[in-house]
Amino acid sequence: MTLSLAPETAHAPAPSLQPQGWLRYLSFSTDHKVIGLQYIVCGFLFYLVGGALAGAIRTELLTPISDFLPRETYNEVLTLHGTVMIFLWIVPVVNGGFGNYLIPFYVGARDMAFPRLNAVAFWLIPPAGLLLISSYFIAGAAQSGWTAYPPLSITTPATGQIIWILSVLLLGGSSIFGGINFIATILKLRRPGLKLMQLPMYCWAMLGTSLLVVLSTPVLAGTLVLLSFDIVAHTGFFNPAMGGNVVVYQHLFWFYSHPAVYIMVLPAFGLVSEILPVHARKPLFGYTTMVYSIMGIVFLGLIVWAHHMFTSGTPPWMRLFFTIATAFIAVPTGIKFFNWIATLWGGRIALNSAMLFSCAFIVNFVFGGITGVALAQVPFDIHVHDTYFVVAHFHYIVYGGTVFVIFASIYHWYPKVTGRMLNEPLGRLHWLLTFVGFNLCFAPQHWLGLNGMPRRVAEYDPQFQLINQFSSVGALLMALSTLPFLINVVMSAFNGEIAGDNPWRALTPEWLTSSPPPVENWKGEAPLVHEPYGYGVKPGELNLAATSGRELWSLGQDPGRGPNRPL
Amino acid sequence: MPIPPAILTLLLGMALVLTGLWVGQNINLLPVDASSNAPVYDELFKVLFSIGTILFIGIVVVIVYSLVRFRRSPADSSDGVAIEGNLPLEILWTAIPAVVVLFVGIYSYDIYERMGGMTPLNDHGMHAMHSEPADSRTWAGISPALSTDANAAPALPVEVTAMQFAFIFHYPDAGITSGELHVPLGQPVSLLMRANDVIHAFWVPQFRLKQDVIPGQPTLLSFTPTRPGRYPIVCAELCGPYHGGMRSSVIVEEPETFAAWVAQNSPVPASPTPVAVT
Repeated sequence: MTLSLAPETAHAPAPSLQPQGWLRYLSFSTDHKVIGLQYIVCGFLFYLVGGALAGAIRTELLTPISDFLPRETYNEVLTLHGTVMIFLWIVPVVNGGFGNYLIPFYVGARDMAFPRLNAVAFWLIPPAGLLLISSYFIAGAAQSGWTAYPPLSITTPATGQIIWILSVLLLGGSSIFGGINFIATILKLRRPGLKLMQLPMYCWAMLGTSLLVVLSTPVLAGTLVLLSFDIVAHTGFFNPAMGGNVVVYQHLFWFYSHPAVYIMVLPAFGLVSEILPVHARKPLFGYTTMVYSIMGIVFLGLIVWAHHMFTSGTPPWMRLFFTIATAFIAVPTGIKFFNWIATLWGGRIALNSAMLFSCAFIVNFVFGGITGVALAQVPFDIHVHDTYFVVAHFHYIVYGGTVFVIFASIYHWYPKVTGRMLNEPLGRLHWLLTFVGFNLCFAPQHWLGLNGMPRRVAEYDPQFQLINQFSSVGALLMALSTLPFLINVVMSAFNGEIAGDNPWRALTPEWLTSSPPPVENWKGEAPLVHEPYGYGVKPGELNLAATSGRELWSLGQDPGRGPNRPL
Repeated sequence: MPIPPAILTLLLGMALVLTGLWVGQNINLLPVDASSNAPVYDELFKVLFSIGTILFIGIVVVIVYSLVRFRRSPADSSDGVAIEGNLPLEILWTAIPAVVVLFVGIYSYDIYERMGGMTPLNDHGMHAMHSEPADSRTWAGISPALSTDANAAPALPVEVTAMQFAFIFHYPDAGITSGELHVPLGQPVSLLMRANDVIHAFWVPQFRLKQDVIPGQPTLLSFTPTRPGRYPIVCAELCGPYHGGMRSSVIVEEPETFAAWVAQNSPVPASPTPVAVT
């Protein structure tokens, strides 16, 4: 069986054009593994920038008066923090980073469907990020928050806002290119004989995510173009002084930016679904319902945007509809969480860093999900909208959720990428500091919001000072937690224990090749993995209760046939 | 003979539910309530807090138990049991959250209706004059038709203007303009809010009410203060460099004190105040 590969990959190893060795990572490489690592490392550098900005915010909030940063600078900092963390760290890393590295393995391909488009998508990110950050030094960055609501974004200094729009447009373009590439790869580059319902769950998560990217990102791009017209050409789309409507901007903005939450968390759901079965030595529980719940989240995610606007100009009936739609997202999300817990139940769990980060993700995300269902209720939201309660909620989703999964994934796939193991005690220290710091930073913020502290303020009521200081200590712990991680990643690359091809005894196709994998992924033919989660004691050695469950779910498949084991 | 696991599970579940109910009823995370809809809001909060506590503690306990009970030593390379799913179980844990979410949704709709949120915005007398149609339409907010007034006084109209970085309150009946909002205890107040420059938001945490103040789209916010005191008015929508400093106060006072304040501040001496001084 031959693969229907794009012809250009046949020329990929031409030595004269493509640099070899570490220089590959600074080149316009079309190798999906190189591009994946480029995304992850580049994203992590921006994470450090965004983290430093968060540190500036938490330092300012140590005291109730505005004394650390000038007020304009504070607003620039919070705008940059949000934009950097969303568009330069989380979205590129969980989509472009792990997606590029893993998806071709999972579908049994030697590269992505459009390798050059893939490289273009990555190389849009560093210039866009540098553009965004340089705006701070050139003319002052945008001051209107990552939401850039007009008329504030029209009346604050124009240069910073225009640079912000340009860089978000570039990043949105990168995201769309990536999304098209993932859809094409998953649907069209599958190894012959591999059915959709046999794909690892991360493929489904990336398929759903990419659909959201392709459907909603163009709306954001169009909106930002209109906004830039309002700023530069003095048109009146969103300018009430010229007959524009500011609430229309909010509808268009959130039509992208709510699905953006799922663009950030669905890939994380997929990654966790890969990590848990390997380290719990059990099949992923409820594969089929997992797939349907991903697609349910994609559909519902597109029709809930106005829950961000319950206190702005939304009529009553609209508030009701969006409450119900939003709350119902809890149902497919809940299915996934119950399935993961059932995956753990009865397993043979290795309590390593990847597993600890994954379980911390479940705990954090359940907490963020519960506050999310509460926020979906209009009367509840009317009190806490635009307060620190919301800040706490979405950090539980995107940091406690996705960033924890990014770390879990790094611990899980580092041996594959480098061929060496990470240091386990350092990993656990990293986990402990991150988990404690994260919860200390964000849990008290729920109380702050309920009791009257709005978000995006540099000064606040002095009664909130003590709780804000707790929160800042938590932020400091989170900053410190990066140190053992960085030391671990750098040291282990040179001195780590040799991992071998498959240290976790995993069954998904990326482990069925050498570590690090060769160019074009496999020396010989790509393995055909029908059962990516075929862990567990063989039916012959099992009691009857377990066999019946297995037979129910792998209808017609020979339960004794495992996928190809490594050499 | 050991206690059957089903009974232990049942007992644990009951303890969990009781803990959740206790937490919801006894741990207060909210500031003092000072408007007629704040107790209604607090009711909803308690229900959500109880359900959330039960779910969260339950899931955390199961995860921690699994990690401890099913952990393996590094030397152990055996596998767990190959259970790939359980359709009845999955239907169960799809149905239960769906029912809970539906219940919470209907309940919060009821709460919202009791707060006046579902009342149509543009059919009350205050904005009936259609001299300037674009400006007299109210776009969003909460109407004064609270379920509590059967024989209460008519709503006190106040016009709110939000600008960078202050709120201005104008009492059209008395002709007073003030930087602080004075309201009489127990009388409904109806704020018609306009913004001059960018979007602001009017928030009184003790009233549990917030409404954006949107340039070009007047909004409405109604409430009945129920507890005398001075409460902060906070701008909750990023509006510029001094956003954090954009604060004011609402002073809820006895009707007599309020009438005296109106009389003292009225531009025309001895003008008849809208509030009857008894």
